[in-house]
Amino acid sequence: MDRQMVEIRWHGRGGQGAKTACLLLADAAFASGKYVQGFPEYGPERMGAPITAYNRISDAPCTIHSNIYEPDYVVVVDESLLSSVDVTAGLSPKGAIVVNSPRSAQALRPLLRGYAGGVYAIDARKISEEHLGGYFPNTPMLSAIVQVSRVLEPGRFIADMEASFRHKFATKPQVIQGNMNCLIQSMKEVRGA
Amino acid sequence: MSIRERLSGNEAIAYAMRQINPDVFAAFPITPSTEIPQYFAQYVADGRVNTEYVTVESEHSSMSTCVGAAAAGARAVTATSSCGLAFMYEMLYVAASARLPITLACVNRTLTGPININNDHSDSMGARDSGWIQIYAENNQEAYDNYLQAMRISETPDVRLPIMICQDGFITSHAVENILLEEDTAVKAFVGEYNPEHALIGRDHPLAVGPYDTCPYCMEHKVQQAEAMKNAKRAILDVAADFEKTFGRKYGFFEAYRMEDAQVALVLIGSTAGTAKACVEQLRAQGVKAGLIKLRVFRPFPMEEIAAALSHVKAVAVMDKSEGNSACGGPLFAEVRSACYDLERRPMLIDVVYGLAGRDCAVEDIEKVYRHLLNMVATGETGPRYIHMGQRSNQQEVL
Repeated sequence: MDRQMVEIRWHGRGGQGAKTACLLLADAAFASGKYVQGFPEYGPERMGAPITAYNRISDAPCTIHSNIYEPDYVVVVDESLLSSVDVTAGLSPKGAIVVNSPRSAQALRPLLRGYAGGVYAIDARKISEEHLGGYFPNTPMLSAIVQVSRVLEPGRFIADMEASFRHKFATKPQVIQGNMNCLIQSMKEVRGA
Repeated sequence: MSIRERLSGNEAIAYAMRQINPDVFAAFPITPSTEIPQYFAQYVADGRVNTEYVTVESEHSSMSTCVGAAAAGARAVTATSSCGLAFMYEMLYVAASARLPITLACVNRTLTGPININNDHSDSMGARDSGWIQIYAENNQEAYDNYLQAMRISETPDVRLPIMICQDGFITSHAVENILLEEDTAVKAFVGEYNPEHALIGRDHPLAVGPYDTCPYCMEHKVQQAEAMKNAKRAILDVAADFEKTFGRKYGFFEAYRMEDAQVALVLIGSTAGTAKACVEQLRAQGVKAGLIKLRVFRPFPMEEIAAALSHVKAVAVMDKSEGNSACGGPLFAEVRSACYDLERRPMLIDVVYGLAGRDCAVEDIEKVYRHLLNMVATGETGPRYIHMGQRSNQQEVL
């Protein structure tokens, strides 16, 4: 990591868990000793409306309280946003974008308005339906961005997330293994171009 | 020992409330403050507090509940935002004039309309004359620390005024960041018990609260209330000094950031201060003598102290995060400009209204304001006194 601070922008739709994934990433980064920010930007308050969420992860405290306009990484939780939101706006060409899609990264690149940096695809629907029995894309997207960005050390991240899930799902431990499987499989399957 | 944690601003306030375990919480939800009664309800359900949690049908009623509880001698709290605060208006004045030390967590959100859920300070600024003490936070840490100090300030015998602990909606209320929390026992010891001299119940001396006040007495009571607000200045500093001694974090009326030799300075409130600090550092690295005053206490307003802090500065931009609709600037500008009137050498002073209804303010935006001030110093021309920043417009007043 040559940069002192990593900035990540999440694009999703209300109800898909982009904000939750953003906060989970902040949790995991906090657990590994970092200074973190995780915060949402809301549009209209309704299911399905585009929402944006942001992470700043740093070794030093960060006092800036604005949105992120020049992120190092972008995560797109809902592929349908590619046509309506300029998801690569300001994205560093040295960084990368990770899109939830059954398509290949090569097939996604032409949809990204000439973005020249890393493009990665992960089929979060397939993974979450397989392991959680429903469409909960945020867990696979979370580990995909960790795998791509290496903002956290993957082994430590997996261990921290297990502890976090044990706490979060204390009353329904049956979902912990499925979520862990989602994290691990997504790290294996995320593919770049 | 402080506890290293990560919490949102709303979580931090609810956490402080749990530690304090107030007698009464009057709850009515409104974005973005809703999480505070939500988290607190969990503490109630889990038996971690023995607070009387009163769910009411409106904010007028939540403040009325606090007024009743406080008059009875209880420590009463609530939380609200925006139109919720506006709906409390009548009762805000009742609380202050009845000298009831109620604590309100205000999660600042713009006032309708047009309807919008995002942050600016128009809600609490509208209540600036209501007789409430107002303290603002830059981040979750300050929201937590201010809340821990609130009751001791508010319950000080020669103050006895309600207090609003404000933070920026979404920007800090919903942002998870690192925070240092204090141990429950240390917090309880710092905040202490509330033992009012006079209360409606549980005392031997009969008392009336809020009766009609006839002309021969009413002005006296209003002047006493105004004196209490002056006394709050001393109480705020006393409590801050004890807070620093106890927990190690220092607070005052405002934070003067790199002001010692500043030639240009901003005066602003809330989360934008953190963004402005990053800008000050960038400008300082280029040799620009930029400084910042982050106001923490807006009521009572620290007039002499602000004037002294600005006395050596050449040009100042007051940044108002609410529109005063006065045709001559926002409420913070009016106070700061008035404070500077007694200075022998007044700085050039302009008002920049920004960030309305959640319009974002980035480091680059702050830099524009500093550049504007540097240009004022270079040319000796103040130019327009009252400008807006960040909106889409072709008008010349836009920075």
